[in-house]
Amino acid sequence: MTTLTLVPSSASVPDSRRVWILIGVLVIVGVLFIPFSIAVWGVEYNYTLRTVAVGGALLGAICGVIGSFAVLRRESLVGDALSHAALPGVGVGFLIAGRDMNALLIGAGISSWLGVQFIGALTRTTRLKQDTALGIVLAAWFAAGIALLAFIQTTGNAAQAGLDKFIFGQAAAMVESDVTRIAAFGIFMLVVLLLFWKEFTLITFDPGFARANGIRVGILSTLLSALIVAAVVLGLQIAGVILMVGLLIAPGVAARQWTHRLGQMCALAGVFGAFAGGVGAILSALDSDIPTGPMIIVASSALVVLSLAFAPGRGIVWAWLKARADRRQYKTV
Amino acid sequence: MTAALSIRDLTVAYQDKPAVWDVDLDVPEGVLMGVVGPNGAGKSTLIKAALNLIPRAAGEIRFYGKSYAQARDLVGYVPQRGSVDWDFPTSVLDVVTMGLYGRLGWFRRPGKADQAAARAALDQVGLADYADRQISQLSGGQQQRTFLARALVQDARLYFMDEPFAAVDAVTERAIVELLRVLRSRGKTVIVVHHDLATVDQYFDYVTLLNVEVVASGTVKDTFTPELLRQTYGGRMNTVETRPPLALTGD
Repeated sequence: MTTLTLVPSSASVPDSRRVWILIGVLVIVGVLFIPFSIAVWGVEYNYTLRTVAVGGALLGAICGVIGSFAVLRRESLVGDALSHAALPGVGVGFLIAGRDMNALLIGAGISSWLGVQFIGALTRTTRLKQDTALGIVLAAWFAAGIALLAFIQTTGNAAQAGLDKFIFGQAAAMVESDVTRIAAFGIFMLVVLLLFWKEFTLITFDPGFARANGIRVGILSTLLSALIVAAVVLGLQIAGVILMVGLLIAPGVAARQWTHRLGQMCALAGVFGAFAGGVGAILSALDSDIPTGPMIIVASSALVVLSLAFAPGRGIVWAWLKARADRRQYKTV
Repeated sequence: MTAALSIRDLTVAYQDKPAVWDVDLDVPEGVLMGVVGPNGAGKSTLIKAALNLIPRAAGEIRFYGKSYAQARDLVGYVPQRGSVDWDFPTSVLDVVTMGLYGRLGWFRRPGKADQAAARAALDQVGLADYADRQISQLSGGQQQRTFLARALVQDARLYFMDEPFAAVDAVTERAIVELLRVLRSRGKTVIVVHHDLATVDQYFDYVTLLNVEVVASGTVKDTFTPELLRQTYGGRMNTVETRPPLALTGD
């Protein structure tokens, strides 16, 4: 018998230190990106670009942390459905209150919330499975949104110009009040998450046991969904309804590869999200024709690919090297 | 003496089929009771309904004479280990500490004393060295023992365990049996959903035979008889007569 160890030798670098190293590297790369972009592309960090960079990074951080719970609850597709479901609310908000960003986002939030509740109702009261209900609601709400925006366009109201930017997102249009809103809501949401951390962890890991211990699973679950809806709505202006889910899910997926602790996963997802959101927003603001959603998704997908490939312990490259080392060990014995 | 658990007229239905039908059951305090019956007999449904985890169509359930809301702190629960995602990013110690979350109340984090209690519980199930492991590294039996440790820190008087012996290794099986005896010696009552008829008379002193309805319930000596088992399992019952002698599995 060989003394083959089944526990990966990654134990030699403690989990927690690895995560802090990674966070440090990302911060340094993120900061160096600014002089790099100035030197190579001649990017000028004027007011617009500074606003966009800060807004994108803040949004990414919030979505990364909150989105980690969506990933662990296996609600990635719910996140996708609820961001698509926000679109009709943008149209209704405009029809009621005119072009006021707060009104548009409140409309988006209500529409999105109704969509999620409808998915839940369909799954509970009919024999439809959740994926079917998701597909139906996503398509119906999004189609209604597109139709509504098209209708608003035909009314010839000049203020409607640019409402269609909600589909793919447009960071370049951000102003200081947008950043303030993201920061204020973001801090509030993170405080709520920390206050109910213990309960959110338990209802995500084992809802049955939570209920048997007198934890109010229904209410807490609704609260967590509300946080996810709020994160999506905050990000609509930047990332757009179609690709918003990428900013919500990708940082959590990437972070999961590097750590086995929930707290670290959320922290790292926040840093990944800030990186992707910031870089994506800056790149898209270089030209007013570049939609921000796709740029953010390119950045966050890159983080996911790198993490899936190289993360110690779970990465594909790691697993391959480990398998090769094991084969060698067998041969020599 | 008040029964630890007393169930009256319990009926639970999924869609329109009854899963548990008109169950009356009294479990005296301080016994180890196995709940056995064929697949689909409603064993898990029975304990989930008792714990208010699923809605019931009818019936009343009392714990030590109290309602579930009043008696919640007295009741511990070990779910089926397949019911959670073992790739969840958390450590063994954290999972065990979850047994204290209900008692901690809102906004309070588990402290040093709580962690010490969790470590003691892990020690009791033989997993003291695994406290800081990530849960995805555990074997099936170790997962089961982690769940048992989590139930231990609940420090309940009445425990419900859903198939704790399902697909576990011999070490875990012995650890669970040992633990059940310790619990009984402390006056606890344990109700275990069980599937292995060959071990019922070694592990339990009470048994409930369930097949949607309760066929019989009482001491193993009076209840675990070939005749009643045949009634419970219908024609699919030939393991009891041919089961191996007890000496093979004794220690």
